[in-house]
Amino acid sequence: MTDPVPALQAHRLSAAYHQQPVLEEITLSLPQGQWTAIVGPNGAGKSSLLNLVIGSLAPLRGDLRILGQSPAAQRRAGNIAYMAQQEHMEWDFPISVRDTVLTGRYGLMRHDPLWQRLVPRRWANPSHRQAVEAALEAVDMADYAARPIGELSGGQKKRVMLARALAQQARILLLDEPLAGVDPPSEKLILATLERERRAGRTIIMVTHDMPSARVHADNVLLINRTLVGMGAPDEMLSDAMLARLAVGAPEPARGGARVAA
Amino acid sequence: MSQLEPFALGVIDALTALLMMAVDLLPEHLAAPFEYRFMQRALLTSVLVGAICGLLSCYVVLKRWSLLGDAISHAVLPGVAIAYLLGWPFFIGAFVTGALTSLGIGAIERHTRIKSDAAMGLMFTAAFALGIVIISKIATSTHLLHILFGNVLGVKTSALVLTLLASVVTLLAIWLAYRPLLLYTFDPQQAQALGFNTGLIHYGLILLLTLTIVASLETVGIILVVAMLITPGATAHLLTDRFTSMLAISVAVGVTSAVVGLVLSVSLDVASGGAIVLVASGLFLVALLAAPKHGLVARHWRRWRLNRAQA
Repeated sequence: MTDPVPALQAHRLSAAYHQQPVLEEITLSLPQGQWTAIVGPNGAGKSSLLNLVIGSLAPLRGDLRILGQSPAAQRRAGNIAYMAQQEHMEWDFPISVRDTVLTGRYGLMRHDPLWQRLVPRRWANPSHRQAVEAALEAVDMADYAARPIGELSGGQKKRVMLARALAQQARILLLDEPLAGVDPPSEKLILATLERERRAGRTIIMVTHDMPSARVHADNVLLINRTLVGMGAPDEMLSDAMLARLAVGAPEPARGGARVAA
Repeated sequence: MSQLEPFALGVIDALTALLMMAVDLLPEHLAAPFEYRFMQRALLTSVLVGAICGLLSCYVVLKRWSLLGDAISHAVLPGVAIAYLLGWPFFIGAFVTGALTSLGIGAIERHTRIKSDAAMGLMFTAAFALGIVIISKIATSTHLLHILFGNVLGVKTSALVLTLLASVVTLLAIWLAYRPLLLYTFDPQQAQALGFNTGLIHYGLILLLTLTIVASLETVGIILVVAMLITPGATAHLLTDRFTSMLAISVAVGVTSAVVGLVLSVSLDVASGGAIVLVASGLFLVALLAAPKHGLVARHWRRWRLNRAQA
């Protein structure tokens, strides 16, 4: 039996923002069906790794494969669901909670027959509506479906954005800080929802600062500080010794020490 | 194009007949001016311009593109002047320089350290200055005034055909690309993650904006067209929390201000562009004060009740 293709595979992957390197020579492979937590200090390139997958950042060098194909092909196929950090969102936008979650289905709607895309959605493919209602139930936001998105609290907004990612029913879930700024009940609910998704066979890749939840829930932990500092089981990676190495993992770029260490 | 002409004229006649049925319901002294052919043309142009400006203005307001709209509308002037020099239809020149300027703004933003508002201000004033210089050399000041401030009563059939064409293209584009446009406006990063071509959507929207501006030139003029691209959408944003309702309200505000402004400009003998924009601004003021949820009165009422409940 051959191994299934990895969910994410990077080979000597480097990226830069405005000529500043954010990721250097990352080589790693994440198997399908596992929950991976990406941990590292602020500005260490954790979000950049996700941005490379969703295409808002182009790699400088190296190779990135998602399920064995280019990220662009997998995005178009609807296999990648993404939940952003949401700090730049315009919450004043005139859109309801239900319609926000429905936007997660917009990629899949491209595969509907043309006429279904041009009529109001009550006549269109009912699978989209079912997926939206199921996702709203999963994060316990069904009662808020008709409310404008801007009226919700921070934790509720996070739950709705998670519901949008779930509604896509994608094979890979990319989550950027899904627990940041979230009240304890919402955190519990988000983690329980993600556990269910993993049991359903989905791959979860989550950037997080929350060590306790990474320790309990993740199968793998990636330590990133511009370079890959370590990768392995949570107990091993989140030990004091490894976290100390992570903090100094990539020395100041100005000193040029990174090249020496590498 | 020439085969299209009779068809477009037929559509214009049919739409005019429809509008005249509505005009016949008005009181005698308001309906009387519309017996003239030029008034009928002005009315149809106003309705179309109000409608497409209303549609586009929702995207402009939500995407914070007000300054970009202002930039493109000013950048249209040298195109009009150059087309006049070469004997081309004015809208071709207008469209070309409008589109070129928006591309130039994007290029400056991306490849230099200049920020977007400075890039826009720089590009559009340069283009506008070029237009003023050319026009001051070749045309009379009345002509310049008409370009700058609009002259809906003097709309020629060719301009009306262009407005009709622009309306059809805009309507079709927004209908066919409704979801990508909505998602790109709401959350561009998500649009990217779902595999949409965000560059195509971005420049498509800018082209639609340019087309709408060019089609509105004769009605409200270069200087004031940006008002029709902001005010209807801003008014609608105060009145609803649904995107489809926002589109509908914005179109209603655009059409109402265009038609009422036209009638006022005729009966009071004032400039049509100014009258149209003032009516739109008046509607915005009413919404700002009296909108049921986001209006100032409602907000103060809620705060007052909250304070009283806590006391």
